Amino acid sequence: MITKVLMPKLSEAMETGKVIKWLKKEGDPVKGGDVIAEIETDKANVEIEAFGSGALRKIIVDAGGQVPVGELIAIIADPADDISAVSAAPQKPAAPAAAPAAPAPAAPGAASTAAPPLPAMETYQSTPATSRVVPMTPSIAPAAAPATRRVKASPLAKKIAAQGGVDLRLVQGSGPGGRIVRRDVEAALSAPRPAPAAAPAPAAAVAAPRPAFVVPPRPGAEFEDMALSPMRAAIAKQMPLSKAPVPHFYVTSEIAMDRAWELRSELNALEGQPRVSVTDMVIKACALALLKNPGVNASFRSDPQGAAIRVHHRAHIGIAVALEQGLITPVLRDVDVKPLSQIAAEWRDLAERARAQKLRVQELSGATFSISNLGMFDVDEFSAIINPPEGAILAVGAVVEKPVVQDGEIRVGRRMKVTLSCDHRVMDGATGARFLQDLKRLLEEPLRLLL
Amino acid sequence: MAVMTYREALNLALREEMRRDARVFVMGEEVGLYEGAYKVTQGLLKEFGDKRVVDTPIAESGFTGVGVGAAMLGLRPVVEMMTFNFSILALDQIVNSAAKMLYMSGGQYNIPIVIRGPGGPAAQLAAQHSQSMEVYFYHVPGLKVVRPSTPADAKGLLKSAIRDDNPVIFIEAETLYAVKGEVPEDPDFTIPLGQAVVRREGTDVTVIAYMGMMYRALEVAEELAKEGISVELVDPRTLRPMDTETLIGSVRKTHRAVVIEAGAGFAGMGSEIASEIQEEAFDDLDAPVERVTGENAPMPYARNLELLKTPSKAKIAEAIRKVCYA
Amino acid sequence: MAQTKTVMPLTRLDADLARRLLTQMSLIRRFEEKAAEMYAMGKIGGFLHLYIGQEAVAVGATSTLRPDDYAISSYREHGHCLAKGSDPRRVMAELFGRRDGLCKGKGGSMHLFDKSVNFLGGHGIVGAHLPLAAGAGFGIKYEGGDQVVLCYFGDGAVPQGEFHESLNLAALWKLPVIFICENNRYAMGTAIHRALAQTEVWRYAETYGIPGEAVDGMEVLAVRESVSRAVERARRDKMPALIEARTYRFRGHSMRDPAGAVYRTKDEVEREKQRDPIALFSDRCLREGVLSEADLKAIEKSINDLADEAVAFAEASPEPPPEWLLTDVYKE
Repeated sequence: MITKVLMPKLSEAMETGKVIKWLKKEGDPVKGGDVIAEIETDKANVEIEAFGSGALRKIIVDAGGQVPVGELIAIIADPADDISAVSAAPQKPAAPAAAPAAPAPAAPGAASTAAPPLPAMETYQSTPATSRVVPMTPSIAPAAAPATRRVKASPLAKKIAAQGGVDLRLVQGSGPGGRIVRRDVEAALSAPRPAPAAAPAPAAAVAAPRPAFVVPPRPGAEFEDMALSPMRAAIAKQMPLSKAPVPHFYVTSEIAMDRAWELRSELNALEGQPRVSVTDMVIKACALALLKNPGVNASFRSDPQGAAIRVHHRAHIGIAVALEQGLITPVLRDVDVKPLSQIAAEWRDLAERARAQKLRVQELSGATFSISNLGMFDVDEFSAIINPPEGAILAVGAVVEKPVVQDGEIRVGRRMKVTLSCDHRVMDGATGARFLQDLKRLLEEPLRLLL
Repeated sequence: MAVMTYREALNLALREEMRRDARVFVMGEEVGLYEGAYKVTQGLLKEFGDKRVVDTPIAESGFTGVGVGAAMLGLRPVVEMMTFNFSILALDQIVNSAAKMLYMSGGQYNIPIVIRGPGGPAAQLAAQHSQSMEVYFYHVPGLKVVRPSTPADAKGLLKSAIRDDNPVIFIEAETLYAVKGEVPEDPDFTIPLGQAVVRREGTDVTVIAYMGMMYRALEVAEELAKEGISVELVDPRTLRPMDTETLIGSVRKTHRAVVIEAGAGFAGMGSEIASEIQEEAFDDLDAPVERVTGENAPMPYARNLELLKTPSKAKIAEAIRKVCYA
Repeated sequence: MAQTKTVMPLTRLDADLARRLLTQMSLIRRFEEKAAEMYAMGKIGGFLHLYIGQEAVAVGATSTLRPDDYAISSYREHGHCLAKGSDPRRVMAELFGRRDGLCKGKGGSMHLFDKSVNFLGGHGIVGAHLPLAAGAGFGIKYEGGDQVVLCYFGDGAVPQGEFHESLNLAALWKLPVIFICENNRYAMGTAIHRALAQTEVWRYAETYGIPGEAVDGMEVLAVRESVSRAVERARRDKMPALIEARTYRFRGHSMRDPAGAVYRTKDEVEREKQRDPIALFSDRCLREGVLSEADLKAIEKSINDLADEAVAFAEASPEPPPEWLLTDVYKE
């Protein structure tokens, strides 16, 4: 009877063993239970006993040899047995159940910031392979929590808001830390619409509803990206160093609003037309000026692929509205192709809904240019901060009567100061100035707004 | 429907089950001649004799193991822990023998043993005699853990526990033994294990509490009703297996949950319940689940400190108001 | 050191009995050797505690029992389980962790249970099964039966509180339990004189007022004789007993303990191996002409075949299906 002597597995973690010495020679008789060799394991030196009887026919691994657990190291058999089949082919036994497939731990220094991976756990055993040294995991300081402008709302509040179409950004939270909770959203949903501002025009005259304005099909791309010229690229790099992140510069102009004022009165005296305000005219004027100065209707884009200036081919203008809790900027889209009356009607509606906090999400984004008007607060002039990623914003002051020089004489004129804040990565002073010049001309020759 | 004390309800349950099944017997310190340290086994020795009502020496590990061994042969022991604080001595027999025997034997030996006795804070019994011991047991797969709050629960649940083929840890309370309540007279009245109960219906917040804390929460609920807060009070009754369906169902209705436990809070029952609620009912929550627990300190002897250790009515009310944003 | 209280009677050996005793001891021996081989090949995992050298105790004691009597043991229980009548194939399959094992592969070497032969396990916590044995005795008495319980444990369990609690309860309540301490002189690596103030284990019986005696655990007939008297007494009078069987384990505490050379000398091990219980008994059988060489060869062949069969059966049995992880946690 042939007995294979295999390198025994003497502990769970043992993977290889070394034969220290054989206590019997080839040919010696062997009885089951006889000690035949000394083996060095990961823990200790151990004597192994024969499991079968006969003679130690062949020693396959000599003293000093180190082999994996389960490998054939000798053959015991009766003197008459033919062991050629057994000793010929190298015996690879069925792998012991705990054979690990552990990846080597990351070389030290390879990942400077990431912690090196720990050696893999052996399959379904809960002790890691002890032959590998567990690396010292460097303590990594937890990343500082980013300053987010996340809306804090309870899961239930979010659910109700989503169902009711309420923009959580417009809801005031009454919970701890400003958390929006159910009752806040429910209050927002059931808030009565504020009564529209008293309109001087008699309601009967404007009974007939306006036909909906249809934006004509607009072939062509919404925008195109222009690669930065070397000069532009250099400027883009320099500017943030002095005024991160958006390098602002400001251009101011004083506009004579007399004729615009007159035109406004005349328009508003017409029957059946929506009331037009100074703001509406400024909006239209901006749109036309943007068409003439596409360099201002642009955004700085810093993609991972590379920076570019996005020139918009449409004018979507955001107009800032002051609410008690802050500022929001509803967006009037496609202003460049809408007539003044349409702009007036849409703007009135947007402003109302903005104050009632009933804007839709898409009405709060997508602007290519913004206007901020503090004239109703008797502000002469101010500089606004650009809404990224737009390239510019126009700050509009009040229309004031003041002494002006006209044809060599002092007269009373209506003047309005505007300040254009520009992103210097997108445009230079001249571009901004040209825009402002065009704007001034449009408002000082307001009939152009009706074209 | 009869009216009896919690203690009497337990006594009646034992009596009925011992009459019903000859394999049921009672074992523990002072259960026979002394008639029970808390008189729960009063009169049983007289009715059933000393073969079925066995007084033991003070050897918790030994006699609990005897119970397990007898259960292996098919008997149905009801082992009394004079108080559950002493069960720690028997923890090896409960956890390593009783809980695991069915599994280790591949289904051959189930252990239909009930280990019952009072537990939880009492009155100035100090650190070693005041522990909420359910914590040690409900974690262990293979054990069932019951904490009955009312006399009717005590009777119905003890009967079910005795009839259950698994080891059941049945923890009563010293402070509840004298509570009177309505108890059905039917000797076959049982309450299934693993079934919670709504003690008080409400709409604003789900309060989950058991034993003494349940009574405390009930009082708070009545007071808060005057403030316009409508509390729904749910008593789990069985801690393992827990009736999460009833708990979650209630939270889905009220959108707020407060869990109360008398024992020290770290890794207590409240943490498991809170975890399940936020997993199952996240979108229905208007506030995080609030836990009101015992303080993380051993039970002190001084009366004033003892009062501070377990959740007071004020603390419970505060937690309810907090989740209601009131 | 062993100075036994009992004198070994020169009983006239029955050939059938002799064959039975020798076959069982040899089977246990061969089974344990095979298990060791399988462990070294990685087929058996975890802990493996071999009974080699102590066969006479399990076989001698069990030979006094009826099938409806109970036995319970520690984690060195393969021998007790096989002696009680468990199928070696199913025992080996359990060691391999396969679905056809005694416990569906969910117990393993330390938790062998076999209800069909009233073997109450296989327990991993030292001393924890002694109260269980008392409980089984309690159950027998409760039901008015006359079965007995054999409770095997080692010298390592004697200092454990539950040893004393169990003996006290068994004595107090008169439970039919025979506590058999297999004193192999070492609790893992701790020699008995380093663990017990009273190293004559049988003397603890006096403290509890029950019969106690020591016996030569290497002589199967001596064990049989001593246990049979205790069994009679237990059956008839519900009197427990404590028997100290003085024996020796030829291998280490477990497979992780290389032959136990750190805490025992090789000389001692070699010396004790001279009193191999199987050799002692087979020599005696030959000497008294009760069995022949042919008988011995036949026995050796049969148990070798059985052991091989057990391994083949275990190998062929599949692993338990994944769903069995969560079965048998509660009885429905």
